[in-house]
Amino acid sequence: MANIDLNDGSAVVVIGSGAGGGTLANELCQKGIKVVLLEAGKRESAGTFQNNEWGAFGQLSWLDKRTTSGSWRVSRDFSGLPAWICKTVGGSTVHWAGASLRIEEHEFKARTNYGDVAGANLLDWPLTLQELEPYYAKAEDKMGVTRTNGIPGLPGNNNFKVMYAGAKKLGYKNCHTGRMAINSRNRDGRPHCRQLGFCFQGCKMDAKWSTMNSEIPKAEKTGNLDLRPSSHVLRIEHDKSGKVNAVVYVDGDGKQQQQKARIVCVAGNSIESPRLLLNSESSMYPDGLANSSGQVGRNYMRHMTGSVYATFDQPVHMWRGTTMAGIITDEARHDPSRGFVGGYEMETLSLGLPFMAAFLDPGGWGRDFCRAMDNYANMAGMWLVGEDMPQENNRITVHASEKDQYGMPVPNVHFSDHPNDIAMREHAFKQGRAIYEAAGANQVYPVPPYPSTHNLGTCRMSAKAEDGVVNQHGQAHEIDNLFVSDGSQFTTGAAQNPTLTIVTLAIRQADYIAGQMAAKAI
Amino acid sequence: MKQTSVKVDSPVRVSRRQFLKTGSGVLMGTLAAGSGVLATLAPSRSWALTLSTLSDIEGDKILKVTRGIFPHDTLDDAVYALVVKDLDAAAAKDPAVASLLRDGLQQLDKLAGGDWAYLDYLARENLVIKMAGTDFFEKIRGTSVVSLYNNEMAWAHFGYEGPSYQLGGYFDRGFQDLDWLPDPPADASPAKA
Repeated sequence: MANIDLNDGSAVVVIGSGAGGGTLANELCQKGIKVVLLEAGKRESAGTFQNNEWGAFGQLSWLDKRTTSGSWRVSRDFSGLPAWICKTVGGSTVHWAGASLRIEEHEFKARTNYGDVAGANLLDWPLTLQELEPYYAKAEDKMGVTRTNGIPGLPGNNNFKVMYAGAKKLGYKNCHTGRMAINSRNRDGRPHCRQLGFCFQGCKMDAKWSTMNSEIPKAEKTGNLDLRPSSHVLRIEHDKSGKVNAVVYVDGDGKQQQQKARIVCVAGNSIESPRLLLNSESSMYPDGLANSSGQVGRNYMRHMTGSVYATFDQPVHMWRGTTMAGIITDEARHDPSRGFVGGYEMETLSLGLPFMAAFLDPGGWGRDFCRAMDNYANMAGMWLVGEDMPQENNRITVHASEKDQYGMPVPNVHFSDHPNDIAMREHAFKQGRAIYEAAGANQVYPVPPYPSTHNLGTCRMSAKAEDGVVNQHGQAHEIDNLFVSDGSQFTTGAAQNPTLTIVTLAIRQADYIAGQMAAKAI
Repeated sequence: MKQTSVKVDSPVRVSRRQFLKTGSGVLMGTLAAGSGVLATLAPSRSWALTLSTLSDIEGDKILKVTRGIFPHDTLDDAVYALVVKDLDAAAAKDPAVASLLRDGLQQLDKLAGGDWAYLDYLARENLVIKMAGTDFFEKIRGTSVVSLYNNEMAWAHFGYEGPSYQLGGYFDRGFQDLDWLPDPPADASPAKA
């Protein structure tokens, strides 16, 4: 492990160690580039993860103060917890379920294919699937995605059996155990999955890929990585020419530090990344860094989500095995005859008893609630995840008066569903219900969205500087040595779970940064 | 059931010395006959919970209110007592919580036109429902939704098996044992490693 001096201005500083930051750091280190990786959370491991939902939630989640507004139900049910994401080395790759789907060709051209959707701020990506394909292939190999690179699919659990039976009766064609970054066979020094059922709590087998168990240890082996856990970044500084040159953070001892930097890459997830740019305002950048377009923090997307749980006359024991055990992809197509643009995926999901109580019907109680819980052992479940519309006013702002533990303005997350999101959710609820009724359900429970796990779009890529924050390489339109390296870059959300694309963009970005450094362009 | 990674969070057994030391209440009960699965987890059939702030009468009433909000007819009082334990701890930390709980109980007596606790359980539940939306109700509901379901006794009652790592996961313990639907073909669900 490298030990990079605070005054060494030759390093690349990466903020955040999740799918984007952790991958980018490793890719740069593999190329011989020195990286300081700042992570707000602590370093855990398979040994310290807990098979316990509330215990792990307290151990891994980002629980710093946040506020919410807008008409979304999360703002009412979980007003201080807009997102369920992580503060730990590895970021939300510690928590993710592992679904690894490529964004589809038509989704990269949302504006072209969906047209002018009223109230939506749609834009085509400044990238095509073809350009990304070689990087997707590298990401799938790196992550060991099942059903790619000759890796067999995972064995389906009981929850999947129920989904499959219902899907087939309904005539769905594409239902299988998914493309998952969970080892179905021993691979890359990590064992195969033992079906623990605690994918969300940090995989105690290390069978699930995360930057914590893969990218970061590999980067450390190069001797080029200086990983600093418990390092919470407050702001990014710049020189008189406007280039960023340092990052100010609070270390594990509560001391403020300044790390000099040649290049800064922001990967704090789509709430913290724009917050950091906005909180880094200066006389030269009065609206925050990289924000002359006014788009920093805007177009916040969180995927159209919802869940359907159903109870049956006989046991399911859905908690046994992978949390996301299978997928139906038939509804992911763009088919406006359904009453909405874009599509959605249906993926099995299981919650343990403690989280089922919290999420089945947030705020719920009484006899109906208890009847559902009484039938917990006979319950199957799925998550619905689809493309939501970017809207300019769905946005992250910094709060005018509320401050965090370091005195920095907290982020406010404002979100309201677009009519397209609502139409899609209704369709998805109807189809989810039909699947479980076809499989013999005696009761079906549509469940509203959980706090956001897929936070996207708040520093989006655009061909033109006035439409977004970064270019097709994640490089800020107005500051050449400032990059955004997480899901904030997404121009649109697509229907696919975003981690694979975040990793793919990070691999591509590393190539670009290395090339620019070699050419002395930055 | 072997769930060794999490300690059984059962109501504490009370020693005579603790009983004499505390000025407040003790909530006691006996696991109902037929609660066999819980009996395997509990060190003894009888249980007692020392209360630091609430009286035994208040504790008992709050237990009954909790039953009214989350009426699982066959779930043992010993599990509901865990909610009382957490509310008592909250009341000890914050006098406002103690007042909130006491005022709410008085309100229930008013609605009952006498001692609410003497009503039969359905009548009690109906009056609890009338309190929905009050801070009192929300405090108990919000505490219960975690405390009632996040303990090994509840897991045993509802059939949730919980932590699996120390048992090798569910890989060889029934993750695909559902037999009332056809098995998916191998291309959809390949054989396990």
